[in-house]
Amino acid sequence: MNNTAALRDMSSIRQQQSRFEGLTPGHRACQGCGQALAARLVLESSGPDVVVANATGCLEVFTTAWPQSAWTIPWMHSVFSNTAALAAGMEAAFKARDISTKVLAFAGDGGTFDIGFQALSGMIERGHNVLFVCYDNEAYMNTGVQRSSSTPVAAATTTSPAGIARTGKRHLKKDIVAIIAAHCMPYAATASVAYPNDLKDKVRRGIQTPGPAFLMIHSPCPLGWMHDSAKGIEVARLGVETGLVPLIEMEYGQQTSAMPLRRVRPVVDYLKPQGRFRHLFADDPMARQELAHLQALADHNIAHYGLQESQPESGDSHAAASVRRGTVAVVPPGAV
Amino acid sequence: MLEPLEGSQAIAHAVALARPGVVAAYPITPQTHIVEHIAKLVADNRLRCEYVSVESEFSAATVALGAAAAGCRAYTATASQGLLLMAEVLFNIAGLRIPLVMTCANRAVSAPINIWNDHQDAMALRDAGWIQLYCASNQEAIDTTIQAFLLAERLELPVMVCVDGYILTHTLEGVSLPTQEEVDHFLPPYTFAHTLDSRQPLTLGTMVAPDHFTEIRYAHDQAMYQALAAIEEVDAAYAGITGRASGGVLEVDGPDDARIGVLCLGAVHGTLWEGREQARNLPPAKLIKLRALRPFPEAALRQALAGLSDVVVLERAFSPGAGGIVAAEVCRALYGTSTTPRIHSAVMGLGGRDIPLEAWQQVLALAQGPSRGATVILDLIPDHLEDGIA
Ligand SMILES: Cc1ncc(C[n+]2csc(CCOP(=O)(O)OP(=O)(O)O)c2C)c(N)n1
Ligand code: SF4
Repeated sequence: MNNTAALRDMSSIRQQQSRFEGLTPGHRACQGCGQALAARLVLESSGPDVVVANATGCLEVFTTAWPQSAWTIPWMHSVFSNTAALAAGMEAAFKARDISTKVLAFAGDGGTFDIGFQALSGMIERGHNVLFVCYDNEAYMNTGVQRSSSTPVAAATTTSPAGIARTGKRHLKKDIVAIIAAHCMPYAATASVAYPNDLKDKVRRGIQTPGPAFLMIHSPCPLGWMHDSAKGIEVARLGVETGLVPLIEMEYGQQTSAMPLRRVRPVVDYLKPQGRFRHLFADDPMARQELAHLQALADHNIAHYGLQESQPESGDSHAAASVRRGTVAVVPPGAV
Repeated sequence: MLEPLEGSQAIAHAVALARPGVVAAYPITPQTHIVEHIAKLVADNRLRCEYVSVESEFSAATVALGAAAAGCRAYTATASQGLLLMAEVLFNIAGLRIPLVMTCANRAVSAPINIWNDHQDAMALRDAGWIQLYCASNQEAIDTTIQAFLLAERLELPVMVCVDGYILTHTLEGVSLPTQEEVDHFLPPYTFAHTLDSRQPLTLGTMVAPDHFTEIRYAHDQAMYQALAAIEEVDAAYAGITGRASGGVLEVDGPDDARIGVLCLGAVHGTLWEGREQARNLPPAKLIKLRALRPFPEAALRQALAGLSDVVVLERAFSPGAGGIVAAEVCRALYGTSTTPRIHSAVMGLGGRDIPLEAWQQVLALAQGPSRGATVILDLIPDHLEDGIA
């Protein structure tokens, strides 16, 4: 078989594989929306026996223009900040009714890091059997790209604009995964739309966790990040390859895996294609300082999470691909 | 058979008799005894349900919402600050037409912070789209709580059962609890047409644009009006089983020839009743117990007040800058009727100030005096104004 025939064969095999479509096309997301892709992948992995509690935000708005809906799974939206509690209520009811359907919660970074944080912390502390998925596009996109506590330092948003007196957001991105993991969390992980197999694998692990699980998916937003809408995956991959977006898993507070970087890219490669960082490339000492700051944050991540692979594998097309697991043996606290 | 129970304990038993699948609880005075008693019933295996101790009232309302949508009879309780913290979710629950029951142990709203009874909390949520029923006694609290589940589930509307904090919640009274068989006979197992089920997927809580929004609000309004008849029917059906009714949407008592009426909500009804018993030299007057504030029973009210020359509306809350809240609604209900009585708007008992039996004399004096125009606070202590603002 020549190469083209082999590829054709592969793609027909793929098409024959039944893939569950929980989020159907025809919704109103912007072209190239990372969150739309991520949600589709999550449900592809979870399968149909789920119920979703969805926070207010882009995902809610672009999928449910009454009387239409893009969802083929049971789905409910209440308000912005109560998603984890909504999921907890559903889970309590299923428990009372002895129903095994898995409850998923979907929220943006605003609905996770900020306004939804209290309910999320409570849901985890009470041990509800819920997989909470945060679609992290690093700002309040639905209301027009305002900064959130997930927005990276120096990124420009409409409420952290760049100007002669400011270089975008002045505060660090909150380390939400560490905070979540500190709840003695059975499973907390990060994923990226650029690595769909890893993402789907982590969804499966989250679903198999018989208690609270948390998955944060780095999801580019062409509108808010101001990049070419055809380049979302590339941008997301650069985020990982620079070390700015570490893909890790945490079990009961300990890191149990990291996606290794076989070739570390400088952060400017990630920042350059995005308009939200454009001001950092001006001839300005403040901008240079912020660039150095972002590079230092990436370097810190690489050291802190052990991202750098000592032996780059030959023949790899990508700098990062598969995850190393099992480096740390985890014993749940309380287990003897 | 009567047994002595604290109001909160009685309500907890009533909730347990309704067999909820999920109870969500966050403590606030004077609601605490209710959720504590339910927790104990669960601990003693006298009630089998998921008892979810949440981290805020916002989550309490939401957990109940999620549970009801996922197929369980659900309950929560709160008061005052907790009710206001829930406000966003309460509007949402009603708009989603979720059948839920909540007890509001009525308490004043801060500032100044005050843990005692008035009705400001529930009044602030008057427009949230919930049915609001006010209880005049612990017996009514039991009976109304059980009725509320049937109403909520039949109408797909949430029901707030308002009980006066401390005055009812913390008072021991002889009450009669229905038997489990009676309640099971009265209240069928929980059903909700829009239950979330992975075998029959539904989308709930969608974005609705101007092209449909008005119609959905209209349907909600219509359902509330239909609730007026349902409240009467359910009360009558309950009486058929237990022998006790709680007064439908409103209840009138007093001599037919009375020209004065006094309208009130909640436990003050008992005080006014007793005051009237003891002041027999005063002119005859009817007592109107308003049980349903939402839906507002305009037609029943017009009938109840027909033939009266003066009606005092006595409330434990007001709208700063506008006065009596219920009084304004009574005026609206009567506006344009041929023989509209004079309406006197009176406020008493704010922040737990005791309403004594002598209130009856004050109320009647108001009815017989000249029209005052504005709302009158009958128990204002002018000397205390000099102490300044807390
Ligand atoms: C209580 C409340 N405050 C503010 C809003 C307005 N609002 C709606 S969506 C949103 C931002 C959502 O941001 P995020 O959670 O990051 O999701 P995204 O839209 O970026 O996917 C805001 C601020 C709201 N709906 N409710
Ligand atoms: S604004 Fe961003 S997150 Fe929202 S739909 Fe568009 S691309 Fe997606």
